[in-house]
Amino acid sequence: MTDVMTDTRGNQICRADFSVIASWVQPGERVLDLGCGDGTLLSLLIEQRGAIGYGIELEDEAVLAAVKRGMNVIQSDLEAGLSGIGDATFDHVVLSRTLQAVRHTEGILREMLRVGREAVVSFPNFAYWKNRTAVMAGRMPVSEDLPYEWFNTPNLRFFTLLDFEALCAHMGLVIRAREVLDENGELVQQEHNFLGSLAVYRLAVR
Amino acid sequence: MAGVAESSEIATAVGSVSPQRLKVGDALALQDGNMLNGYELVYETYGTLNAAKSNAILVCHALSGHHHVAGEYADGSIGWWDNIVGPGRPLDTHRFFIVGVNNLGGCHGSTGPSSINPATGKEWGADFPIVTVEDWVESQARLADHFGIDAWAAVMGGSLGGMQALQWSLQLPERVRHALVIAASPKLSAENIAFNEVARQAILSDPDYVAGRRPERGLRLARMLGHITYLSDDQMADKFGRRLRHGEYRYGFDVEFEIESYLRHQGDKFASWFNADTYLRMTKALDYFDPARHHGGDLAAALRVARAKFFIAAFSTDWRFTPARSREMVNALVKNGQTVAYAEIDSPHGHDSFLIPDDYYHALVAAYLQRVTL
Repeated sequence: MTDVMTDTRGNQICRADFSVIASWVQPGERVLDLGCGDGTLLSLLIEQRGAIGYGIELEDEAVLAAVKRGMNVIQSDLEAGLSGIGDATFDHVVLSRTLQAVRHTEGILREMLRVGREAVVSFPNFAYWKNRTAVMAGRMPVSEDLPYEWFNTPNLRFFTLLDFEALCAHMGLVIRAREVLDENGELVQQEHNFLGSLAVYRLAVR
Repeated sequence: MAGVAESSEIATAVGSVSPQRLKVGDALALQDGNMLNGYELVYETYGTLNAAKSNAILVCHALSGHHHVAGEYADGSIGWWDNIVGPGRPLDTHRFFIVGVNNLGGCHGSTGPSSINPATGKEWGADFPIVTVEDWVESQARLADHFGIDAWAAVMGGSLGGMQALQWSLQLPERVRHALVIAASPKLSAENIAFNEVARQAILSDPDYVAGRRPERGLRLARMLGHITYLSDDQMADKFGRRLRHGEYRYGFDVEFEIESYLRHQGDKFASWFNADTYLRMTKALDYFDPARHHGGDLAAALRVARAKFFIAAFSTDWRFTPARSREMVNALVKNGQTVAYAEIDSPHGHDSFLIPDDYYHALVAAYLQRVTL
């Protein structure tokens, strides 16, 4: 299931969540990818799923790479970038591996579900067994899906599948689907909060 | 919007150029109700039009610009956007055929206030009709016809030039494949119009203008005011600060602060050559531009007709047409599901940033144009 892709510096990166996200997008649907980077996911959704895709990205280098790919990229701060976009403009609004780096967690989820019919969110699971083991051993975890040291991580929030689902319940959001992946990008079939390294959710407003 | 490149550090890559002239016999029904029975457009080209005539880019100019976009004249004057045009540059003349044109109503050779009115045998002067962005698109289409260009590969411009690129995509949607709208706005704000009105009043209230003479004082004031709006506060602070010409206060009205000297110089330079009636008309064209007006103010509804793909760029310190104004266009295009890439470029140079070379800015334009099929 793992898709091997290259990032803006030509390094191979594995974005297992991309194939899960792609499987949820139907031809002709409108997708907004928040923090779209060089447009890898967007081009996948356009080429393989026939979607109409837009992305929001802040970093110059990534915007330039997305323009080179011919993507509909909008250079903007993630949280401010949605404000001018009308209600229900998109079928899916994607936030891939970024929720943990956003300050206003509830605000961004609400905005995603204002401009889109559905929010698609993926994030690293802090309760993944290897992370637990690291903490038990007295160290902050560094893994495939949490690839930073504590002193250089852009991540602001560390949470688990159970934490996230509690937030969804608190916000009145419906979980339409959930896929959980291990560090190799393989689907996890049981003990999700223990065996899952990365989670992907489809959310809607109740 | 300085319009004239000031001491470009990069030498021209285009080389020697000379302007050409197109005589249009067709009458043009102007938005203001007047009819122009034939007119002339002065233009320049760089690169070679391919056999399929599919590689042409029209570059539209801003308030005080003209057809001399790139290259060098025998007198040494370099085109106002030379830094972005040439072999290997973003508007690559190895690949594209670039066309610059002086707008109708201009003062650089196209029919305008300083032309002879055939009905009277005298200069048009203040009697020249009011021209609009719509009129310019219509007249520029005759230039495309002249070359046999069915559709421009791209129409591109900054500021008022960007508005023309946008208007092209709406007025003749089948004739423009890409629109590059840079440092522009879908309409002027009350504040923008207010600045234009003060500039116009400076000219209209100059006794020389009233007496039918060249209103150098008015033009000078108009340009000084305009120039302030093209720069950024940061840039002015950086370049001039409170620096004094004589190192001490002199308690008088001669130049004391360096910024005064700079503005006076800019005003004098401009007033010595620019046509006041052209300046009045260019500012009116800016004020009138509002494609959403015919759609009850709904910009998305106005843009829906466009077939072009869009590249929109704004500059962080541009307070004349802020990034938020560009975002209005982007949001409207997104609402319609139209194709658009938008960049907000960090630059200290205010509205004039679009004229100034910047690695990221030029890389974006180059990357975008690379994908334009020929």
